[in-house]
Amino acid sequence: MTPVVLRCHKGIGPAVVGTALVAADNFSARYDLDRIKGVFSRPGHKLAGESYVDRILVLDNAKGGVATAWMLHEMMARTIVPRGLIFNRVNPILAQGAAFAGVALVDRFADGDVTRLFRTGDELRVDPAAGFVEISSRDG
Amino acid sequence: MRLSDEERAMLAGELGEVRRWAIEHQITVGEFFDAADFVPVSQAHIMADTESLGEAGVRFLEQLAAAPEAERRVRVPTITDPRGIDFAAYRRLGLSERMAALERRAIDALRAFGVLMTDTCINYQTIMAPLRAEHVAYGDTGVVIYSNSVLGARSNFEGGPSALAAALTGRTPRYGYHLDECRRATRRFRLTERPRDLAEWGAVGGIVGEACSSYWQVPLIEGVEAAPGSDMLKHLGASAASFGSVALFHMPGVTAEDAAFSGPSSDTVQIGRAEIDAFLARYDAPGDKLDVVVFGAPQLSLFEIEAVAQALDGRRVHPDTGLLVTTSPEIKHAADRMGLTRRIEMAGAVVAEGICFYQSYAREMAEANHWTRLMTNSAKLVNIIGGYGYRPSLASLERCVDSAVAGRVL
Repeated sequence: MTPVVLRCHKGIGPAVVGTALVAADNFSARYDLDRIKGVFSRPGHKLAGESYVDRILVLDNAKGGVATAWMLHEMMARTIVPRGLIFNRVNPILAQGAAFAGVALVDRFADGDVTRLFRTGDELRVDPAAGFVEISSRDG
Repeated sequence: MRLSDEERAMLAGELGEVRRWAIEHQITVGEFFDAADFVPVSQAHIMADTESLGEAGVRFLEQLAAAPEAERRVRVPTITDPRGIDFAAYRRLGLSERMAALERRAIDALRAFGVLMTDTCINYQTIMAPLRAEHVAYGDTGVVIYSNSVLGARSNFEGGPSALAAALTGRTPRYGYHLDECRRATRRFRLTERPRDLAEWGAVGGIVGEACSSYWQVPLIEGVEAAPGSDMLKHLGASAASFGSVALFHMPGVTAEDAAFSGPSSDTVQIGRAEIDAFLARYDAPGDKLDVVVFGAPQLSLFEIEAVAQALDGRRVHPDTGLLVTTSPEIKHAADRMGLTRRIEMAGAVVAEGICFYQSYAREMAEANHWTRLMTNSAKLVNIIGGYGYRPSLASLERCVDSAVAGRVL
């Protein structure tokens, strides 16, 4: 396929490439993750049971508590961490956590809902400093 | 961002490496949210429980705390959210010496900055409530929503690293709820039935939070004719923040600010008996064996502790069920002095101070004590704790206590 480039607000963290894991659901490291096993653990989450390690998570909103700010850093230290984060719009905690941990984060896309723009399995290149995400390949 | 001379000096490292890290972190976050400049803050409140920090976070604090004293001291009064460990109770709760040792290291590091270890998420009830229009950097969602809404203070959610950075620089990036334009109501709700207890006030917060489902939505809650009381709005706010990441609500005649409304006028969500009952019914588990009852999230006020003591007087918690009460050190000491702790613990319960359960290695507590079915009157807690492997039920304080005595969910 011809790579597709989607523009967003300027983000945080390094440029990364990786495979998308997408759900129309929200996110909190404290509420949703088993950070020891590296999987989504909250039973009601649409990604329950899925590994988040090294994936580029594509989700709707950041929700809930403040713990994610420390937890991304702790997950990064153990290398059981998402490679990147793509959201429709985040709260301050996720931005602060990404800044502290050095995790790639972008949000506020011009073309609409990120959980529809991207599909699980898409190969992505995320460039927070330039403010875009490239879909470099997609099955089917 | 527009920087003052002092802020440029901090960024250049002229005031030491600790403040350079702090302001660089704040500029990264501020530019992400298009902040024009910084705003001075009068207080900071740091969430730094060791389950969240881990070894890596504690080591980070220790590295900063090793700087010369003049370079590492906080610039504004700085307090802490609940810890991961109550040193008087952790062994009874099945937590390990390794966890206690990590907690001690974190406390030593935080004290080196000049942080006051208040260990509370109800500082607005117990330490120093901010005033209307006072800019602060608070690090607990329940604290932020209560302070913004009920008191009219101005704070964003400040996670641990950012709250520490605000303490070290004495300022925070001016975006979000520091700005007038972000404080206008965007969603309209009408309460058609007055909630009967704290669990129901929390249920209302959960309904509002789920409907908003974004930090940037501000609910206007109409139909509340008489002031509900601090504990009621504490539970409503904490639940809205938990279910929806909401940081500010307006309740005409009750909360601090006149709410300008900027959302669609036809879109009013009605919340009555049916909606509250349906919310509670999601967590129904009648007859299930009950492993633990938790009163916390947020920590209990003195009045809530008294209500627990009254409900337990002359009764005994079932031998196969735990009952845990969490509160701040200030309230715990008051409860000790007034005989409330003794009345609660005579019934077989534990009153812990400085923790709030879910921040205290909840998964490890579940494994150590073989806990699965949890009952609470906190809507916030039922939203959080499922991810830690618990199956939560939500009910009034009185029904939670009756169930703890029976050893099964009533």
